[in-house]
Amino acid sequence: MDFGSINPILLLASLMVAATPLLLAAIGELVVERAGVLNLGVEGMMITGAICGFAIAVNTGSPIVGLVAAAAGGAALSLLFAVLTQFALANQVASGLSLTLFGLGLSALLGQGYQGIKPPPFPRVDIPLLSDIPVLGPILFRHDIVVYFGLALVAAVWWVLKNTRAGLILRAVGENHDAAHALGYKVVRIRILAIMFGGACAGLGGAYISLIRVPQWTEGMTAGIGWIALALVVFASWKPWRVMLGAYLFGGITVLQLNLQAAGVAIPVEYLAMSPYLITILVLVIMSADKSRAPAALGRSFHASQ
Amino acid sequence: MKFTKLLATAAIALGLAGTAMAQDKTKVGFVYVGPVGDGGWTYEHNQGRLAVEEHFGDAVETVFVESVPEGPDAERVMTQMALDGASLIFTTSFGYMDPTINVAKKFPDVKFEHATGYKRADNVSTYSARFYEGRAIQGHIAGKMTESNIVGYIGSYPIPEVIRGINSAFIHARKANPDVQFKIVWAYTWFDPAKEADAAKVLIEQGADVILQHTDSTAPQAAAQSAGNVITFGQASDMSEYAPRPRVSSIIDNWAPYYIARTQAVIDGTWESTDTWDGIGPGMVGIGEITDAVPEDVKAEALALKDAIANGEYHPFTGPLNKQDGSAWLADGETADDGTLLGMNFYVEGIEGDIPQ
Repeated sequence: MDFGSINPILLLASLMVAATPLLLAAIGELVVERAGVLNLGVEGMMITGAICGFAIAVNTGSPIVGLVAAAAGGAALSLLFAVLTQFALANQVASGLSLTLFGLGLSALLGQGYQGIKPPPFPRVDIPLLSDIPVLGPILFRHDIVVYFGLALVAAVWWVLKNTRAGLILRAVGENHDAAHALGYKVVRIRILAIMFGGACAGLGGAYISLIRVPQWTEGMTAGIGWIALALVVFASWKPWRVMLGAYLFGGITVLQLNLQAAGVAIPVEYLAMSPYLITILVLVIMSADKSRAPAALGRSFHASQ
Repeated sequence: MKFTKLLATAAIALGLAGTAMAQDKTKVGFVYVGPVGDGGWTYEHNQGRLAVEEHFGDAVETVFVESVPEGPDAERVMTQMALDGASLIFTTSFGYMDPTINVAKKFPDVKFEHATGYKRADNVSTYSARFYEGRAIQGHIAGKMTESNIVGYIGSYPIPEVIRGINSAFIHARKANPDVQFKIVWAYTWFDPAKEADAAKVLIEQGADVILQHTDSTAPQAAAQSAGNVITFGQASDMSEYAPRPRVSSIIDNWAPYYIARTQAVIDGTWESTDTWDGIGPGMVGIGEITDAVPEDVKAEALALKDAIANGEYHPFTGPLNKQDGSAWLADGETADDGTLLGMNFYVEGIEGDIPQ
């Protein structure tokens, strides 16, 4: 056993990388659910974003264009869900589940011929001066741009939901769509926009895995992150900062358990492997003991005539 | 009731007709654990399949199913292949062992070939390659090349095949460099690029400057490349797209000659249940080009080691060797027998950590 070989600075730095896909997908789903829509298709949108981003990045040679394409791909797939649930008034749970299955199949089809290819490398931003600060520099200021984008997105979502008129309307739609409709807000239009935002975020999260974290394309490579994102939103009581905490906790313990293994800690590997899930759930359950609750209209269909 | 009976009869008749028609061409099935584009293990099995197609031309038809999970799904896939008239089925992963035996019982006329397992039957052969011979050469290069004296090893599952590789690499790394240490991470997967990449990054963060992998994707190679000063070895396939650095050499599985010989045996009706375990000498294990990133003298030593193993002068498990707990295993000059190697469930002396049970 040799804890000395675990470098805490590198551990914290890789924590931020490991948490980013989860953070992006979860913050998108949070906005969707605050608008009163339950989209269980996060995994499907992530994997679709992963292959869209990968394919476009390989073909154009630009990882940035790839990321944009990934967001577009995720949003396009979520539009399918929006049509089913907002116009056809289909059951949201069933539509979301089928979206995941559809996304996994579609991505495998699109991915034919992209296996074993190297994507163009993603530029790493070394923020001058800041990245040279001892300890904090390597942890905080030597990442790729998407890591910072994820953080900025959390802050933006929090601010918009709490302090702006648009956020108020979105929450009103999620809490009581009949009242929002009576006040003259376009419930369906607002929900479609929220669903597309969630799809774009999930797609971006998927592309982060295929373009930056691995970087490679393989079928089913998101490996259940979308489901964890869904659970995270619930356990975080639909609050942006708690989503971030949960994502970092999960990412951190995932990386830590590999570190402990490599350091030869005598805990059976199976316990280490399940620890990220257990600890994340435990912490967030304890935190959600306050009075927060789900958006009142979550999962309910809306039609102006009803 | 009558209607379903009629349908069932029709289905059986169709099935029989299908089998009868397939007799003209010998149908050979392959069950893969990963996608054919993994660039490693499954890729090489698929190269073997393509070689069979090329060798026999129209006389043989091959079918394959990729990314088949080890477990009940595998049994379904094999049953379907047998029902579709395959007369020879290669099941190419350790975890297919029991499914292969189960399905083989139901289809006594179909020949099965299971890779890397140890259970045989009248219509089930096993075959594997002595990858540990290649691991010895990797271990030597790793021991000579490491500057941090820490070698990272990404294990898949704690099965004899993988433990044998770890031991062989460690013995030869220690011979080349008495200070070398191994850090071992178990990924519990054969193929999961995200997990393999994470494991490689963790090992690099903990000071490893050589990464050996017993998983099938090229993700650890990519991780090593972005880390910079780290070397790796291609696993199962050459992975030459990462040469000359980080990939400095590789173990290449060459299944084509075996697959062609076994298919020929089925066509001739001379197929018998056998146990094949070939190494560098017969060519089932190839050593990929050692790149210029390796110093000349180390390269020469590695090649000499390869030749000595190939012509049988040297066995990678030659005593004196102790087990991890310090108890004697092989006396001076004694070599390990195949039975011990096939069931290997212990580390040799000097490796730290426990094998997960």
